[in-house]
Amino acid sequence: MVEVSEELIAGLKKKAVTLRKHIIRMTHNAQSGHPGGSMSACDIVTALYFHVLRVDPTNPTWPDRDRFVLSKGHACPVWYAALAERGFFPVEELMTFRKLNSRLQGHPELGTTPGVENAAGAEGQGLSFSVGLALAARMDHKAWRTYCVLGDGEQDVGQTWEAAMAASKYGLDSLTAFIDRNGIQQEGRTEDIMPLEPLAEKWEAFNWHVLTIDGHDFRQIFAAIEEAHRTRGRPTAVIARTVKGKGVSFMENKIKYHGAATSDDELKLALAELEAMEAAI
Amino acid sequence: MVVVGADTTESIKTLDFGKAFPDRLIQLGIAEPNMISVAAGLAAAGKIPFAATYSVFGSAHTYNVIRQNVAYTNLNVKIFCSHAGLTVGPDGATHQINEDIALMRGIPRMTVLVPADGPETAKCVDAAAAMKGPVYCRFSRTNVPTVTSSEDGFAIGKARVVRDGFDLTLIGCGIMVARCLEAAQLLEREKISARVINLSTVKPLDLATIDRAARETGGIVTAEEHTVVHGIGAAVASAIASNHPVPIAMVGVQDVFGESGEAEELLRKYGLTAEKIVEAAHDVVKRRDR
Repeated sequence: MVEVSEELIAGLKKKAVTLRKHIIRMTHNAQSGHPGGSMSACDIVTALYFHVLRVDPTNPTWPDRDRFVLSKGHACPVWYAALAERGFFPVEELMTFRKLNSRLQGHPELGTTPGVENAAGAEGQGLSFSVGLALAARMDHKAWRTYCVLGDGEQDVGQTWEAAMAASKYGLDSLTAFIDRNGIQQEGRTEDIMPLEPLAEKWEAFNWHVLTIDGHDFRQIFAAIEEAHRTRGRPTAVIARTVKGKGVSFMENKIKYHGAATSDDELKLALAELEAMEAAI
Repeated sequence: MVVVGADTTESIKTLDFGKAFPDRLIQLGIAEPNMISVAAGLAAAGKIPFAATYSVFGSAHTYNVIRQNVAYTNLNVKIFCSHAGLTVGPDGATHQINEDIALMRGIPRMTVLVPADGPETAKCVDAAAAMKGPVYCRFSRTNVPTVTSSEDGFAIGKARVVRDGFDLTLIGCGIMVARCLEAAQLLEREKISARVINLSTVKPLDLATIDRAARETGGIVTAEEHTVVHGIGAAVASAIASNHPVPIAMVGVQDVFGESGEAEELLRKYGLTAEKIVEAAHDVVKRRDR
Protein backbone atom coordinates (compact mmCIF):
# COMPACT_ATOMS: atom_id res chain seq x y z
CA MET A 1 0.00 0.00 0.00
CA VAL A 2 1.09 3.55 -0.72
CA GLU A 3 2.49 5.49 2.21
CA VAL A 4 -0.18 7.43 4.07
CA SER A 5 0.88 11.08 3.76
CA GLU A 6 -0.63 14.15 5.40
CA GLU A 7 -1.77 15.35 1.98
CA LEU A 8 -3.54 12.08 1.31
CA ILE A 9 -5.35 12.23 4.65
CA ALA A 10 -6.35 15.86 4.11
CA GLY A 11 -7.65 15.04 0.64
CA LEU A 12 -9.69 12.10 1.95
CA LYS A 13 -11.12 14.19 4.77
CA LYS A 14 -12.30 16.74 2.22
CA LYS A 15 -13.77 14.00 0.05
CA ALA A 16 -15.62 12.57 3.04
CA VAL A 17 -17.14 15.98 3.74
CA THR A 18 -18.24 16.16 0.11
CA LEU A 19 -19.89 12.75 0.41
CA ARG A 20 -21.63 13.77 3.64
CA LYS A 21 -23.01 16.87 1.95
CA HIS A 22 -24.34 14.69 -0.86
CA ILE A 23 -25.95 12.33 1.69
CA ILE A 24 -27.69 15.22 3.44
CA ARG A 25 -28.87 16.78 0.18
CA MET A 26 -30.02 13.47 -1.36
CA THR A 27 -32.08 12.41 1.64
CA HIS A 28 -33.44 15.93 2.11
CA ASN A 29 -34.46 16.08 -1.55
CA ALA A 30 -36.15 12.67 -1.29
CA GLN A 31 -37.55 13.50 2.18
CA SER A 32 -36.79 9.90 3.05
CA GLY A 33 -33.84 7.53 3.21
CA HIS A 34 -31.26 6.73 5.86
CA PRO A 35 -28.71 9.48 6.53
CA GLY A 36 -27.45 8.31 9.94
CA GLY A 37 -25.96 4.98 8.88
CA SER A 38 -24.69 6.49 5.63
CA MET A 39 -22.68 9.06 7.57
CA SER A 40 -21.29 6.55 10.07
CA ALA A 41 -19.92 4.41 7.21
CA CYS A 42 -18.73 7.42 5.21
CA ASP A 43 -15.04 7.40 6.16
CA ILE A 44 -14.70 3.65 5.53
CA VAL A 45 -16.36 4.01 2.12
CA THR A 46 -14.21 7.06 1.31
CA ALA A 47 -11.00 5.24 2.26
CA LEU A 48 -11.94 2.26 0.09
CA TYR A 49 -13.17 4.11 -3.01
CA PHE A 50 -10.56 6.85 -3.04
CA HIS A 51 -7.44 4.95 -2.03
CA VAL A 52 -7.84 1.16 -1.86
CA LEU A 53 -10.23 -0.36 -4.40
CA ARG A 54 -8.92 -1.25 -7.83
CA VAL A 55 -11.97 -0.27 -9.87
CA ASP A 56 -12.44 1.39 -13.24
CA PRO A 57 -15.33 3.88 -13.52
CA THR A 58 -15.13 3.64 -17.33
CA ASN A 59 -15.53 -0.14 -17.13
CA PRO A 60 -17.63 -0.90 -14.03
CA THR A 61 -17.79 -4.64 -14.74
CA TRP A 62 -14.03 -5.07 -15.37
CA PRO A 63 -13.60 -8.74 -14.34
CA ASP A 64 -10.45 -8.17 -12.27
CA ARG A 65 -11.83 -5.31 -10.17
CA ASP A 66 -11.99 -5.47 -6.40
CA ARG A 67 -15.51 -6.07 -5.15
CA PHE A 68 -17.26 -3.75 -2.73
CA VAL A 69 -20.46 -5.18 -1.23
CA LEU A 70 -22.76 -3.01 0.87
CA SER A 71 -24.68 -5.44 3.03
CA LYS A 72 -26.40 -2.64 4.97
CA GLY A 73 -28.27 -1.57 1.85
CA HIS A 74 -30.17 1.27 3.52
CA ALA A 75 -26.86 3.17 3.67
CA CYS A 76 -26.75 3.36 -0.13
CA PRO A 77 -26.66 7.19 -0.18
CA VAL A 78 -22.98 6.98 0.83
CA TRP A 79 -22.35 4.37 -1.88
CA TYR A 80 -24.07 6.41 -4.59
CA ALA A 81 -22.22 9.55 -3.47
CA ALA A 82 -18.86 7.75 -3.61
CA LEU A 83 -19.61 6.19 -7.00
CA ALA A 84 -20.65 9.55 -8.44
CA GLU A 85 -17.58 11.33 -7.05
CA ARG A 86 -15.41 8.48 -8.36
CA GLY A 87 -16.88 9.03 -11.85
CA PHE A 88 -19.20 6.06 -12.29
CA PHE A 89 -22.10 8.39 -13.15
CA PRO A 90 -22.77 12.15 -13.08
CA VAL A 91 -22.89 13.83 -9.68
CA GLU A 92 -26.09 15.66 -10.76
CA GLU A 93 -27.85 12.28 -10.91
CA LEU A 94 -27.61 11.99 -7.12
CA MET A 95 -30.64 14.26 -6.80
CA THR A 96 -32.79 11.59 -8.51
CA PHE A 97 -32.30 9.31 -5.48
CA ARG A 98 -35.58 7.57 -4.53
CA LYS A 99 -37.48 9.29 -7.38
CA LEU A 100 -39.55 7.57 -10.06
CA ASN A 101 -37.52 6.30 -13.07
CA SER A 102 -34.21 6.86 -11.26
CA ARG A 103 -31.16 4.59 -11.47
CA LEU A 104 -30.65 5.30 -7.77
CA GLN A 105 -33.17 3.11 -6.00
CA GLY A 106 -34.06 3.47 -2.33
CA HIS A 107 -32.01 0.34 -1.73
CA PRO A 108 -29.29 -0.90 -4.09
CA GLU A 109 -30.28 -2.73 -7.27
CA LEU A 110 -27.74 -4.78 -9.23
CA GLY A 111 -27.46 -4.04 -12.92
CA THR A 112 -29.08 -0.60 -12.80
CA THR A 113 -26.57 1.64 -11.07
CA PRO A 114 -23.04 1.64 -12.53
CA GLY A 115 -20.64 0.34 -9.88
CA VAL A 116 -23.24 -1.25 -7.61
CA GLU A 117 -22.24 -4.87 -6.97
CA ASN A 118 -25.17 -6.33 -5.03
CA ALA A 119 -28.81 -5.88 -4.13
CA ALA A 120 -29.45 -5.22 -0.46
CA GLY A 121 -32.25 -3.99 1.71
CA ALA A 122 -33.33 -7.13 3.45
CA GLU A 123 -30.51 -7.32 5.97
CA GLY A 124 -27.98 -10.06 6.46
CA GLN A 125 -27.39 -11.30 2.90
CA GLY A 126 -24.32 -9.31 1.87
CA LEU A 127 -21.67 -11.27 3.73
CA SER A 128 -22.93 -14.55 2.21
CA PHE A 129 -22.85 -12.93 -1.23
CA SER A 130 -19.27 -11.81 -0.50
CA VAL A 131 -18.34 -15.38 0.45
CA GLY A 132 -19.56 -16.48 -3.00
CA LEU A 133 -17.46 -13.78 -4.66
CA ALA A 134 -14.34 -14.70 -2.67
CA LEU A 135 -14.80 -18.40 -3.45
CA ALA A 136 -15.07 -17.61 -7.17
CA ALA A 137 -11.89 -15.50 -7.05
CA ARG A 138 -10.04 -18.38 -5.45
CA MET A 139 -11.32 -20.93 -7.99
CA ASP A 140 -10.13 -18.70 -10.81
CA HIS A 141 -6.78 -17.90 -9.10
CA LYS A 142 -7.59 -14.20 -9.21
CA ALA A 143 -5.96 -11.58 -7.00
CA TRP A 144 -8.95 -9.29 -6.60
CA ARG A 145 -10.27 -8.80 -3.11
CA THR A 146 -13.75 -8.51 -1.62
CA TYR A 147 -14.73 -5.86 0.93
CA CYS A 148 -18.09 -6.07 2.64
CA VAL A 149 -19.59 -3.36 4.84
CA LEU A 150 -22.14 -4.61 7.35
CA GLY A 151 -24.26 -2.74 9.84
CA ASP A 152 -24.28 -3.63 13.50
CA GLY A 153 -28.05 -4.12 13.37
CA GLU A 154 -27.31 -6.87 10.85
CA GLN A 155 -25.47 -8.76 13.55
CA ASP A 156 -28.97 -9.76 14.74
CA VAL A 157 -29.54 -11.71 11.52
CA GLY A 158 -28.83 -15.43 11.65
CA GLN A 159 -27.59 -15.52 8.07
CA THR A 160 -24.71 -13.19 8.99
CA TRP A 161 -23.36 -15.94 11.22
CA GLU A 162 -24.01 -18.67 8.64
CA ALA A 163 -21.77 -16.62 6.35
CA ALA A 164 -19.20 -16.08 9.11
CA MET A 165 -18.87 -19.86 9.55
CA ALA A 166 -18.60 -20.49 5.81
CA ALA A 167 -15.93 -17.82 5.32
CA SER A 168 -13.73 -19.24 8.05
CA LYS A 169 -14.36 -22.84 6.93
CA TYR A 170 -12.96 -21.95 3.52
CA GLY A 171 -10.22 -19.69 4.95
CA LEU A 172 -11.24 -16.78 2.72
CA ASP A 173 -8.35 -14.41 3.39
CA SER A 174 -9.25 -12.22 0.39
CA LEU A 175 -12.44 -11.21 2.23
CA THR A 176 -12.50 -8.26 4.62
CA ALA A 177 -15.68 -7.36 6.50
CA PHE A 178 -16.17 -3.93 8.04
CA ILE A 179 -18.77 -3.82 10.78
CA ASP A 180 -20.08 -0.28 11.09
CA ARG A 181 -20.45 -0.31 14.87
CA ASN A 182 -22.48 2.85 15.37
CA GLY A 183 -24.50 1.29 18.17
CA ILE A 184 -27.91 2.31 16.86
CA GLN A 185 -30.49 0.45 14.82
CA GLN A 186 -33.96 1.46 13.65
CA GLU A 187 -35.75 1.35 16.96
CA GLY A 188 -33.01 2.12 19.44
CA ARG A 189 -29.56 1.29 20.82
CA THR A 190 -28.31 -2.08 19.64
CA GLU A 191 -27.60 -3.08 23.23
CA ASP A 192 -31.25 -2.45 24.14
CA ILE A 193 -32.82 -4.03 21.06
CA MET A 194 -30.60 -7.13 21.01
CA PRO A 195 -27.29 -6.99 22.89
CA LEU A 196 -24.30 -7.73 20.66
CA GLU A 197 -21.41 -7.47 23.09
CA PRO A 198 -18.95 -9.04 23.36
CA LEU A 199 -18.95 -8.60 19.57
CA ALA A 200 -15.23 -8.94 18.81
CA GLU A 201 -15.13 -12.16 20.80
CA LYS A 202 -18.06 -13.49 18.76
CA TRP A 203 -16.17 -12.96 15.49
CA GLU A 204 -13.02 -14.43 17.04
CA ALA A 205 -15.02 -17.47 18.12
CA PHE A 206 -16.05 -17.87 14.47
CA ASN A 207 -12.33 -18.05 13.62
CA TRP A 208 -12.00 -14.66 11.98
CA HIS A 209 -9.01 -12.38 12.38
CA VAL A 210 -10.57 -9.49 14.30
CA LEU A 211 -9.48 -5.87 14.60
CA THR A 212 -11.23 -3.05 16.43
CA ILE A 213 -10.60 0.47 15.18
CA ASP A 214 -11.94 4.02 15.18
CA GLY A 215 -13.96 3.96 11.97
CA HIS A 216 -13.49 7.69 11.45
CA ASP A 217 -9.67 7.62 11.56
CA PHE A 218 -8.21 7.09 8.08
CA ARG A 219 -4.83 5.94 9.40
CA GLN A 220 -6.52 3.23 11.48
CA ILE A 221 -8.69 2.19 8.53
CA PHE A 222 -5.63 1.82 6.28
CA ALA A 223 -3.67 -0.02 8.97
CA ALA A 224 -6.56 -2.47 9.34
CA ILE A 225 -6.72 -3.05 5.59
CA GLU A 226 -2.97 -3.63 5.46
CA GLU A 227 -3.20 -6.12 8.27
CA ALA A 228 -6.11 -7.87 6.51
CA HIS A 229 -3.97 -8.13 3.35
CA ARG A 230 -1.10 -9.66 5.35
CA THR A 231 -3.36 -12.17 7.13
CA ARG A 232 -3.26 -15.62 5.54
CA GLY A 233 -5.81 -18.40 5.87
CA ARG A 234 -8.50 -16.39 7.63
CA PRO A 235 -10.93 -13.62 6.71
CA THR A 236 -10.62 -10.37 8.63
CA ALA A 237 -13.42 -8.62 10.50
CA VAL A 238 -12.81 -4.96 11.25
CA ILE A 239 -15.12 -3.72 13.98
CA ALA A 240 -15.17 -0.03 13.18
CA ARG A 241 -16.39 2.06 16.10
CA THR A 242 -18.36 4.85 14.51
CA VAL A 243 -20.88 7.56 15.33
CA LYS A 244 -24.29 7.43 13.70
CA GLY A 245 -24.89 10.70 11.84
CA LYS A 246 -21.17 11.57 12.12
CA GLY A 247 -20.29 15.06 10.91
CA VAL A 248 -23.43 17.00 11.80
CA SER A 249 -23.68 17.81 15.50
CA PHE A 250 -27.45 17.60 15.89
CA MET A 251 -27.61 14.29 13.99
CA GLU A 252 -24.83 12.51 15.83
CA ASN A 253 -25.91 9.57 17.95
CA LYS A 254 -29.58 10.30 17.33
CA ILE A 255 -31.85 7.30 16.75
CA LYS A 256 -34.22 9.54 14.78
CA TYR A 257 -31.76 10.02 11.91
CA HIS A 258 -31.49 6.31 11.18
CA GLY A 259 -34.40 6.74 8.81
CA ALA A 260 -35.40 10.41 8.74
CA ALA A 261 -34.39 13.19 6.37
CA THR A 262 -33.57 16.71 7.50
CA SER A 263 -36.10 19.55 7.37
CA ASP A 264 -35.36 22.69 5.30
CA ASP A 265 -33.93 24.50 8.32
CA GLU A 266 -31.90 21.48 9.40
CA LEU A 267 -30.51 21.15 5.89
CA LYS A 268 -29.06 24.68 6.05
CA LEU A 269 -27.57 24.07 9.50
CA ALA A 270 -26.10 20.73 8.45
CA LEU A 271 -24.53 22.08 5.29
CA ALA A 272 -23.13 25.10 7.17
CA GLU A 273 -21.50 22.78 9.70
CA LEU A 274 -20.02 20.59 6.99
CA GLU A 275 -18.71 23.60 5.07
CA ALA A 276 -17.05 24.92 8.23
CA MET A 277 -15.51 21.50 8.73
CA GLU A 278 -14.21 21.48 5.16
CA ALA A 279 -12.69 24.93 5.55
CA ALA A 280 -10.86 23.81 8.68
CA ILE A 281 -9.10 20.88 6.95
CA MET B 1 -20.35 -24.99 -13.11
CA VAL B 2 -20.30 -25.14 -9.32
CA VAL B 3 -22.60 -26.94 -6.89
CA VAL B 4 -23.45 -25.57 -3.45
CA GLY B 5 -24.97 -27.91 -0.91
CA ALA B 6 -26.57 -27.86 2.52
CA ASP B 7 -25.88 -31.18 4.25
CA THR B 8 -28.06 -33.10 1.79
CA THR B 9 -25.46 -33.80 -0.91
CA GLU B 10 -25.50 -37.55 -0.45
CA SER B 11 -29.27 -38.04 -0.57
CA ILE B 12 -29.75 -35.80 -3.59
CA LYS B 13 -26.63 -37.21 -5.30
CA THR B 14 -24.69 -33.99 -5.79
CA LEU B 15 -21.94 -35.77 -3.86
CA ASP B 16 -21.22 -37.61 -7.12
CA PHE B 17 -20.46 -34.23 -8.71
CA GLY B 18 -18.11 -33.57 -5.80
CA LYS B 19 -16.31 -36.86 -6.41
CA ALA B 20 -15.70 -35.87 -10.03
CA PHE B 21 -14.91 -32.21 -9.22
CA PRO B 22 -13.83 -31.94 -5.57
CA ASP B 23 -13.03 -28.22 -5.78
CA ARG B 24 -16.43 -27.37 -7.19
CA LEU B 25 -18.77 -28.85 -4.61
CA ILE B 26 -19.13 -26.35 -1.78
CA GLN B 27 -20.61 -27.82 1.38
CA LEU B 28 -22.21 -25.07 3.46
CA GLY B 29 -24.01 -27.04 6.14
CA ILE B 30 -27.59 -26.58 7.31
CA ALA B 31 -27.65 -22.93 6.30
CA GLU B 32 -29.80 -22.58 3.20
CA PRO B 33 -30.15 -18.77 3.19
CA ASN B 34 -26.35 -18.57 3.17
CA MET B 35 -26.22 -21.25 0.47
CA ILE B 36 -28.47 -19.23 -1.85
CA SER B 37 -26.56 -15.97 -1.31
CA VAL B 38 -23.21 -17.71 -1.77
CA ALA B 39 -24.56 -19.08 -5.06
CA ALA B 40 -25.55 -15.53 -6.03
CA GLY B 41 -22.04 -14.28 -5.27
CA LEU B 42 -20.52 -17.08 -7.34
CA ALA B 43 -22.85 -16.19 -10.21
CA ALA B 44 -21.95 -12.50 -9.93
CA ALA B 45 -18.33 -13.53 -10.49
CA GLY B 46 -19.19 -15.56 -13.60
CA LYS B 47 -19.81 -19.08 -12.29
CA ILE B 48 -22.91 -21.16 -13.05
CA PRO B 49 -23.89 -22.26 -9.56
CA PHE B 50 -26.41 -25.02 -8.90
CA ALA B 51 -27.86 -24.75 -5.41
CA ALA B 52 -29.34 -28.15 -4.64
CA THR B 53 -31.18 -29.42 -1.62
CA TYR B 54 -34.66 -30.50 -0.48
CA SER B 55 -37.49 -28.37 -1.88
CA VAL B 56 -38.86 -27.20 1.45
CA PHE B 57 -35.50 -25.68 2.36
CA GLY B 58 -34.54 -24.54 -1.13
CA SER B 59 -37.76 -22.59 -1.66
CA ALA B 60 -39.82 -21.69 1.41
CA HIS B 61 -37.00 -21.37 3.93
CA THR B 62 -34.98 -19.17 1.58
CA TYR B 63 -37.78 -17.27 -0.14
CA ASN B 64 -36.67 -13.71 0.50
CA VAL B 65 -33.03 -14.54 -0.17
CA ILE B 66 -34.01 -15.95 -3.57
CA ARG B 67 -36.18 -12.91 -4.18
CA GLN B 68 -33.52 -10.29 -3.34
CA ASN B 69 -30.21 -12.02 -4.10
CA VAL B 70 -31.17 -14.19 -7.09
CA ALA B 71 -34.24 -12.84 -8.91
CA TYR B 72 -34.02 -9.08 -8.26
CA THR B 73 -30.33 -9.29 -9.19
CA ASN B 74 -31.24 -11.48 -12.21
CA LEU B 75 -28.21 -13.64 -11.49
CA ASN B 76 -27.44 -16.94 -13.16
CA VAL B 77 -28.34 -19.18 -10.21
CA LYS B 78 -29.98 -22.58 -10.70
CA ILE B 79 -31.93 -23.88 -7.73
CA PHE B 80 -32.55 -27.60 -8.16
CA CYS B 81 -34.66 -29.17 -5.46
CA SER B 82 -35.60 -32.75 -4.81
CA HIS B 83 -38.06 -34.17 -2.23
CA ALA B 84 -40.95 -32.00 -3.41
CA GLY B 85 -44.56 -32.83 -2.68
CA LEU B 86 -46.35 -35.54 -0.73
CA THR B 87 -44.20 -38.40 -2.01
CA VAL B 88 -41.38 -37.56 0.42
CA GLY B 89 -43.55 -39.93 2.43
CA PRO B 90 -42.78 -40.98 6.02
CA ASP B 91 -40.91 -37.76 6.87
CA GLY B 92 -44.31 -36.11 7.04
CA ALA B 93 -45.77 -32.66 6.46
CA THR B 94 -42.69 -30.70 7.58
CA HIS B 95 -40.82 -32.06 4.57
CA GLN B 96 -43.70 -32.38 2.08
CA ILE B 97 -43.76 -28.97 0.49
CA ASN B 98 -46.81 -28.55 -1.72
CA GLU B 99 -46.42 -24.78 -2.05
CA ASP B 100 -43.06 -24.26 -3.77
CA ILE B 101 -44.42 -23.87 -7.33
CA ALA B 102 -46.79 -21.20 -6.02
CA LEU B 103 -43.95 -19.39 -4.26
CA MET B 104 -41.51 -19.51 -7.15
CA ARG B 105 -43.86 -18.66 -9.99
CA GLY B 106 -44.80 -15.49 -8.16
CA ILE B 107 -41.27 -14.10 -8.32
CA PRO B 108 -40.51 -11.90 -11.35
CA ARG B 109 -37.72 -13.21 -13.66
CA MET B 110 -37.92 -16.75 -12.26
CA THR B 111 -38.11 -19.73 -14.60
CA VAL B 112 -39.91 -22.68 -12.99
CA LEU B 113 -39.39 -26.25 -14.19
CA VAL B 114 -41.06 -29.49 -13.08
CA PRO B 115 -39.65 -32.49 -14.99
CA ALA B 116 -41.79 -35.59 -15.40
CA ASP B 117 -39.10 -38.24 -14.94
CA GLY B 118 -35.38 -39.02 -14.93
CA PRO B 119 -34.55 -38.30 -18.59
CA GLU B 120 -36.43 -35.02 -18.47
CA THR B 121 -34.67 -34.00 -15.24
CA ALA B 122 -31.33 -34.45 -17.03
CA LYS B 123 -32.61 -32.24 -19.85
CA CYS B 124 -33.67 -29.61 -17.32
CA VAL B 125 -30.12 -29.53 -15.92
CA ASP B 126 -28.65 -29.00 -19.39
CA ALA B 127 -31.24 -26.43 -20.44
CA ALA B 128 -30.96 -24.50 -17.17
CA ALA B 129 -27.18 -24.37 -17.48
CA ALA B 130 -27.47 -23.20 -21.08
CA MET B 131 -29.82 -20.28 -20.35
CA LYS B 132 -28.96 -17.02 -18.56
CA GLY B 133 -30.94 -16.16 -15.46
CA PRO B 134 -32.51 -17.68 -12.36
CA VAL B 135 -34.16 -21.10 -12.52
CA TYR B 136 -36.07 -23.11 -9.94
CA CYS B 137 -36.53 -26.80 -10.74
CA ARG B 138 -38.43 -29.19 -8.47
CA PHE B 139 -38.70 -32.94 -8.57
CA SER B 140 -39.70 -35.80 -6.31
CA ARG B 141 -37.83 -38.27 -4.16
CA THR B 142 -39.96 -41.27 -5.09
CA ASN B 143 -39.31 -43.57 -8.03
CA VAL B 144 -41.33 -42.52 -11.06
CA PRO B 145 -42.12 -44.38 -14.28
CA THR B 146 -40.23 -43.11 -17.29
CA VAL B 147 -42.68 -41.39 -19.61
CA THR B 148 -40.33 -39.34 -21.77
CA SER B 149 -37.52 -40.49 -23.95
CA SER B 150 -34.05 -39.06 -24.26
CA GLU B 151 -34.87 -38.52 -27.97
CA ASP B 152 -37.88 -36.28 -27.18
CA GLY B 153 -37.26 -32.64 -27.88
CA PHE B 154 -37.09 -30.38 -24.86
CA ALA B 155 -37.10 -26.63 -24.60
CA ILE B 156 -37.76 -24.36 -21.65
CA GLY B 157 -41.09 -22.65 -22.22
CA LYS B 158 -42.50 -25.42 -24.45
CA ALA B 159 -45.23 -27.74 -23.21
CA ARG B 160 -45.22 -31.10 -24.96
CA VAL B 161 -48.30 -32.95 -26.18
CA VAL B 162 -47.44 -36.52 -25.17
CA ARG B 163 -50.72 -38.03 -26.36
CA ASP B 164 -53.20 -36.55 -28.78
CA GLY B 165 -56.93 -36.43 -28.17
CA PHE B 166 -60.03 -34.41 -29.02
CA ASP B 167 -62.63 -34.55 -26.22
CA LEU B 168 -60.66 -32.86 -23.45
CA THR B 169 -57.07 -32.21 -22.32
CA LEU B 170 -55.25 -33.47 -19.25
CA ILE B 171 -52.38 -31.17 -18.27
CA GLY B 172 -49.93 -32.58 -15.74
CA CYS B 173 -46.48 -31.86 -14.37
CA GLY B 174 -43.91 -33.97 -12.56
CA ILE B 175 -45.03 -37.37 -11.35
CA MET B 176 -48.63 -36.58 -12.40
CA VAL B 177 -47.79 -36.82 -16.12
CA ALA B 178 -47.64 -40.62 -15.83
CA ARG B 179 -51.00 -40.57 -14.02
CA CYS B 180 -52.53 -38.38 -16.73
CA LEU B 181 -51.40 -40.95 -19.33
CA GLU B 182 -52.92 -43.72 -17.24
CA ALA B 183 -56.17 -41.74 -16.94
CA ALA B 184 -56.23 -41.17 -20.71
CA GLN B 185 -56.14 -44.95 -21.21
CA LEU B 186 -59.01 -45.42 -18.75
CA LEU B 187 -61.02 -42.71 -20.55
CA GLU B 188 -60.34 -44.32 -23.90
CA ARG B 189 -62.27 -47.40 -22.75
CA GLU B 190 -65.27 -45.08 -22.30
CA LYS B 191 -64.71 -43.66 -25.79
CA ILE B 192 -63.46 -40.36 -24.37
CA SER B 193 -60.41 -39.17 -26.27
CA ALA B 194 -58.08 -37.25 -23.94
CA ARG B 195 -55.10 -35.18 -25.01
CA VAL B 196 -52.22 -35.22 -22.50
CA ILE B 197 -49.80 -32.34 -22.08
CA ASN B 198 -46.57 -32.51 -20.08
CA LEU B 199 -46.26 -29.03 -18.58
CA SER B 200 -42.60 -29.30 -17.58
CA THR B 201 -42.15 -25.52 -17.76
CA VAL B 202 -44.57 -23.84 -15.36
CA LYS B 203 -43.05 -20.44 -16.03
CA PRO B 204 -42.86 -19.03 -18.64
CA LEU B 205 -46.14 -20.74 -19.49
CA ASP B 206 -46.61 -22.09 -23.02
CA LEU B 207 -49.77 -20.09 -23.72
CA ALA B 208 -50.03 -21.23 -27.37
CA THR B 209 -50.18 -24.93 -26.53
CA ILE B 210 -52.67 -24.35 -23.71
CA ASP B 211 -54.84 -22.07 -25.83
CA ARG B 212 -54.86 -24.63 -28.65
CA ALA B 213 -55.91 -27.36 -26.20
CA ALA B 214 -58.77 -25.19 -24.91
CA ARG B 215 -59.99 -24.36 -28.42
CA GLU B 216 -59.59 -27.85 -29.90
CA THR B 217 -60.76 -30.02 -26.97
CA GLY B 218 -63.06 -27.69 -25.02
CA GLY B 219 -62.23 -28.86 -21.49
CA ILE B 220 -59.19 -29.14 -19.23
CA VAL B 221 -58.14 -31.14 -16.18
CA THR B 222 -54.89 -30.19 -14.44
CA ALA B 223 -52.96 -32.58 -12.20
CA GLU B 224 -50.10 -31.65 -9.87
CA GLU B 225 -48.38 -32.98 -6.76
CA HIS B 226 -48.84 -29.54 -5.23
CA THR B 227 -51.55 -27.41 -3.69
CA VAL B 228 -54.26 -26.29 -6.11
CA VAL B 229 -53.75 -22.80 -4.62
CA HIS B 230 -51.52 -20.96 -7.12
CA GLY B 231 -50.13 -24.14 -8.67
CA ILE B 232 -50.27 -25.20 -12.32
CA GLY B 233 -54.07 -25.49 -12.20
CA ALA B 234 -54.30 -21.83 -11.23
CA ALA B 235 -51.76 -20.88 -13.89
CA VAL B 236 -53.66 -22.75 -16.63
CA ALA B 237 -57.05 -21.43 -15.43
CA SER B 238 -55.76 -17.89 -15.55
CA ALA B 239 -54.35 -18.41 -19.03
CA ILE B 240 -57.52 -19.89 -20.54
CA ALA B 241 -59.77 -17.37 -18.76
CA SER B 242 -57.96 -14.60 -20.63
CA ASN B 243 -58.11 -16.31 -24.02
CA HIS B 244 -60.72 -19.02 -24.49
CA PRO B 245 -62.56 -19.99 -21.29
CA VAL B 246 -63.57 -23.66 -21.08
CA PRO B 247 -64.56 -25.81 -18.07
CA ILE B 248 -61.56 -26.76 -15.93
CA ALA B 249 -61.03 -29.06 -12.93
CA MET B 250 -57.94 -29.23 -10.75
CA VAL B 251 -56.51 -32.42 -9.29
CA GLY B 252 -53.98 -31.66 -6.56
CA VAL B 253 -53.57 -31.15 -2.85
CA GLN B 254 -56.68 -29.34 -1.59
CA ASP B 255 -55.19 -26.60 0.61
CA VAL B 256 -54.16 -29.00 3.40
CA PHE B 257 -50.91 -30.27 4.89
CA GLY B 258 -49.81 -33.85 4.30
CA GLU B 259 -48.80 -36.46 6.87
CA SER B 260 -46.52 -39.49 7.29
CA GLY B 261 -47.16 -42.48 5.09
CA GLU B 262 -45.76 -44.28 2.07
CA ALA B 263 -45.76 -42.33 -1.18
CA GLU B 264 -48.49 -44.38 -2.88
CA GLU B 265 -50.68 -44.36 0.22
CA LEU B 266 -50.44 -40.58 0.41
CA LEU B 267 -51.22 -40.08 -3.26
CA ARG B 268 -54.35 -42.22 -2.81
CA LYS B 269 -55.47 -40.53 0.41
CA TYR B 270 -55.00 -37.03 -0.99
CA GLY B 271 -56.64 -37.82 -4.32
CA LEU B 272 -53.67 -37.69 -6.68
CA THR B 273 -54.53 -40.79 -8.74
CA ALA B 274 -55.51 -41.67 -12.29
CA GLU B 275 -59.00 -42.49 -11.00
CA LYS B 276 -59.38 -38.98 -9.57
CA ILE B 277 -58.25 -37.52 -12.89
CA VAL B 278 -60.92 -39.63 -14.64
CA GLU B 279 -63.57 -38.34 -12.19
CA ALA B 280 -62.44 -34.78 -12.85
CA ALA B 281 -62.64 -35.46 -16.60
CA HIS B 282 -66.24 -36.66 -16.24
CA ASP B 283 -67.06 -33.50 -14.29
CA VAL B 284 -65.52 -31.29 -16.99
CA VAL B 285 -67.32 -33.10 -19.82
CA LYS B 286 -70.64 -32.89 -17.93
CA ARG B 287 -70.23 -29.15 -17.30
CA ARG B 288 -69.24 -28.49 -20.88
CA ASP B 289 -72.16 -30.41 -22.37
CA ARG B 290 -74.74 -28.92 -20.00
